[in-house]
Amino acid sequence: MYDGGKIIAGLIVFLGIVGFPFWYNAGSAGYKTPELKLPPKSKATECIEATEWMRAEHMQLLNTWRDSVVREGNLEYTTASGSHVEMSLQKSCMDCHDSKKDFCDKCHTAAAVEPYCWDCHIAPKEEK
Amino acid sequence: MAWNVKPEELLQYDYKVPQKNWMDVPPEFKPGTWCYPAKPEILEYLNKATKGDFPHIREWVPTDVDWKLPEDWRERIKKGFRERLDKYRSFKVFMDVCVRCGACADKCHFYIGGGDPKNMPVLRAELLRSIYRGEFTLAGKILGRLAGARKLEEDVVKEWFLYFYQCTECRRCSLFCPYGIDTAEITMMARELLHLVGCNINWILEPASNSNRTGNHMGIQPHAYYGMMEFMCDDIEEITGVKVNCPVNEKGHEVLFITPSGDIFADPGTYTYMGYLMLFHEIGLDYTWSTYASEGGNFGLFTSDRMMKKLNAKMYAEAKRLGVKYIIGGECGHMWRVLNQYMDTMNGPADFLETPVSPITGTRFESAAGTSMIHITEFTSDLMKHGKLKLDPSRNDDKIVTFHDSCNPARAMGLLDEPRYVIQNVCNNFVEMPEDTIREKTFCCAGGSGLNTDEFMEMRMRGGIGRGNALRHVQQKNGVNTLATICAIDRATLPPLANYWAPGVEVYGVHELVANALVMTGEKPREVDLRQEPLPGME
Amino acid sequence: MNALYSLFAVFALVVIALVGAGAAGMEQLFGLYIPWLAIAVFLVGFVAKVIGWAKSPVPFRIPTTAGQMKSHDWIRHDKYDNPATAGQTFVRMALEVLLFRSLFRNLTAQRFGSAQDGVDVKIRYASAKWLWLFALIFHYSFLVVFIRHWRLFLDPVPSALLALEYADTFLQIGAPALYMSGAALALGVSLLLLRRFVVPQVRYISQPADYFPLFLILGVALSGILMRYWAKTDIMAVKEVTMALFSLNPAVHIEGIGVVFFVHVFLVSCLIAYLPFSKLMHMGGVFLSPTRNLPNDSRARYHRNPWNDPNVKAHSYAAYEDEFREKMIEAGLPVEKTLEEAAKTEAQ
Repeated sequence: MYDGGKIIAGLIVFLGIVGFPFWYNAGSAGYKTPELKLPPKSKATECIEATEWMRAEHMQLLNTWRDSVVREGNLEYTTASGSHVEMSLQKSCMDCHDSKKDFCDKCHTAAAVEPYCWDCHIAPKEEK
Repeated sequence: MAWNVKPEELLQYDYKVPQKNWMDVPPEFKPGTWCYPAKPEILEYLNKATKGDFPHIREWVPTDVDWKLPEDWRERIKKGFRERLDKYRSFKVFMDVCVRCGACADKCHFYIGGGDPKNMPVLRAELLRSIYRGEFTLAGKILGRLAGARKLEEDVVKEWFLYFYQCTECRRCSLFCPYGIDTAEITMMARELLHLVGCNINWILEPASNSNRTGNHMGIQPHAYYGMMEFMCDDIEEITGVKVNCPVNEKGHEVLFITPSGDIFADPGTYTYMGYLMLFHEIGLDYTWSTYASEGGNFGLFTSDRMMKKLNAKMYAEAKRLGVKYIIGGECGHMWRVLNQYMDTMNGPADFLETPVSPITGTRFESAAGTSMIHITEFTSDLMKHGKLKLDPSRNDDKIVTFHDSCNPARAMGLLDEPRYVIQNVCNNFVEMPEDTIREKTFCCAGGSGLNTDEFMEMRMRGGIGRGNALRHVQQKNGVNTLATICAIDRATLPPLANYWAPGVEVYGVHELVANALVMTGEKPREVDLRQEPLPGME
Repeated sequence: MNALYSLFAVFALVVIALVGAGAAGMEQLFGLYIPWLAIAVFLVGFVAKVIGWAKSPVPFRIPTTAGQMKSHDWIRHDKYDNPATAGQTFVRMALEVLLFRSLFRNLTAQRFGSAQDGVDVKIRYASAKWLWLFALIFHYSFLVVFIRHWRLFLDPVPSALLALEYADTFLQIGAPALYMSGAALALGVSLLLLRRFVVPQVRYISQPADYFPLFLILGVALSGILMRYWAKTDIMAVKEVTMALFSLNPAVHIEGIGVVFFVHVFLVSCLIAYLPFSKLMHMGGVFLSPTRNLPNDSRARYHRNPWNDPNVKAHSYAAYEDEFREKMIEAGLPVEKTLEEAAKTEAQ
């Protein structure tokens, strides 16, 4: 026979699953990329590398730093503009970007990324 | 002309594939690979009996260049194709979902034993699918061959005839298919389409026509049928000293018994037939045979759904006329596919019958509550389990027995352990063939679905290599000399197969073995078995 | 040849995306409108195909029984290979759909010895689970990859997806951390492709329609991997586009996204739009296969065939007896009518 009921039910389940993003987002306000809290101009005007490059490659950079520091004992990094900084997440990066919550987490949360930096590092205390 | 190719010659094949695309390889009609077309007089009778299901009757041979197809053959096939897509979800889904993974390829006995790539179930089905795409899908119409589509040409019809009559509808491939694509289903559709343009084979339609008129495939008329039964009763009396009862066409009994007519007609099936007579007499079953419904088999299954229904309808009609409570069915393969999967839907509901209850043990067969029809090994195994039979298995001690699962009881029913239980109760020496060749993975005898004809012998022996080789294996390893079956077609096809691939192994029906071991009330000391050969220790 | 046609077709699609979204700057078209069209074609096409199947009835119950049926109490019933009830059939289907039960059975038939061995030629059957394994790797990694992408389609991201992310990057190889599912998908597709190239019989049955989806999926996987690990693009800008896509918001302005993204999205669009018209519909078809999704209970319960033709009737007993009455009486078989009665009826 036809089993029409079962087939319709199956189709509904199927549409429910593959169309889930549509149902989940329905009615919610338009999505915007979260705004990052940048360091004040008084503190710094540029990062150690170009912003575009940092966006794409910061994770790779930090990985290289870790290997370099931990395995080779090499602590110095030469930036694009030729100055030298210490290869340190907490001492260099977070010197300017001082809030994990307002900087790192913004994008990481939106993109569901959980970097394992904080498996070892202790995040700086957030100012209330 | 007798076919006499030796195994050494037959084995000269390999699994190499042609360089050319399969669509460019034309069908070749070599002797021994195709069956003779249906005789016009047979078709005339059937066409009249079915009010037009067998049109375009003519004399023709597959080796002819011109098959004299009807003028409008393309339209007939297209229309028929469309109708069947609308009638069978199986057909529609199977036309769409095959991914050509090839899991089915080396499961077909004809491919294993012949190496023709078009005997890979996937390609066999593609013969039909390519036309489906070309005629019924947009992509196929636009992209043609790139979408796996092709045009409906006369060569396609020839190819269909060749390869859909090289499929025994055994369903071994469907067991391995991840989507359950059943080539039997596809072959049935293809054969129906071929009927529309007047292409069919005599070995199927003559039995179908006989069965319609005389009640059985062999065309045995009632008086002759009864005469043959009386002969058997005489033989039984000679062997056992017991005169068994032989009720035929009698009203008012509890049970109607139906078995394939092949077993009354030819050895070794006749011994199985005698086995039934002896068993039923011994337990005092209140039953009758019928000459009107004297055929368990149903070659309509290999013809069309309408023919299958028409032939099958006799069983219930006769059960009703004779006023029985339920039906017991004998040892037969495709008969049980029809009974288990089609009968009640086609000709039921059988509300004039009752749920079968064994009068000897009181067992209720709930699994047959709808059709009211049970398999003889379900019935006999129940008798044995309850200790209702006096058996002397040592009478079969000269036999080292193995069991061949017939395709249909295995893969369209799941009747696997009942016959084994019966055999093990009546034979002391039982061994199994290798596990990948038995039970649900069993190999076909290569003569099923109406292909058990002599002109097809080469393909039968090729296709028989799976079963034959497994048999040879246990023959050498365990000294097996007896192949037990529960199928009348097997009893006709396996003796030549065994003779060819495992010479020295004899074919037996399960109830012949039962009858040999059955100790009957009032019997004389038995010296010979049902074949009138000395029992062990009596030589 | 069939493989080359398909490879060429996938290359052509890549070029279309490169030229369209890259050189010609049609980012809105390739980032939003084509995907929307593809999703619409996919959903409508898929549902239409399934409804098309559903319109044809299942006239007969034809399960392929793969084990012992339900019989006497003392015979072990193979419940999930030969189900007798709806519940058992559900388990059988679950095993089929989730674990590819039938493919797990796969065997290979091998012939040993030469033709001269005659009847002593050996045919052996060996377990061949490679195809099952490849298929399992491929399908499950694809499923994980698909669901994982929802992190870009949903906001806020549900915690279940975070867990999936965590599991998928568990090995913490490289930065960004390697997705095992992505690697497994590329591996699975490659293995399935390789099989079609290497095994002569499989090559013989393979059509362009078999290679095309494999190449296409490989293209999708490689462009995705490329985008994550090498030709990196701004993931936050990407999420803005994908969120617009799944919120049906055409107002978003697309800029600053690498062209690989558009190649990736275009290939995916082609794949899903192609799916309902291809063999990939086995995804829906496997649920509707009458040899698997029915219990083996047609002797116990009546099933109706909607097109059963009541005009197809047996050759009647009356006609049978009329033809053979004399012989039956002579042989001593019971008859319904004596010769006199029959003659009387005929005279009337």
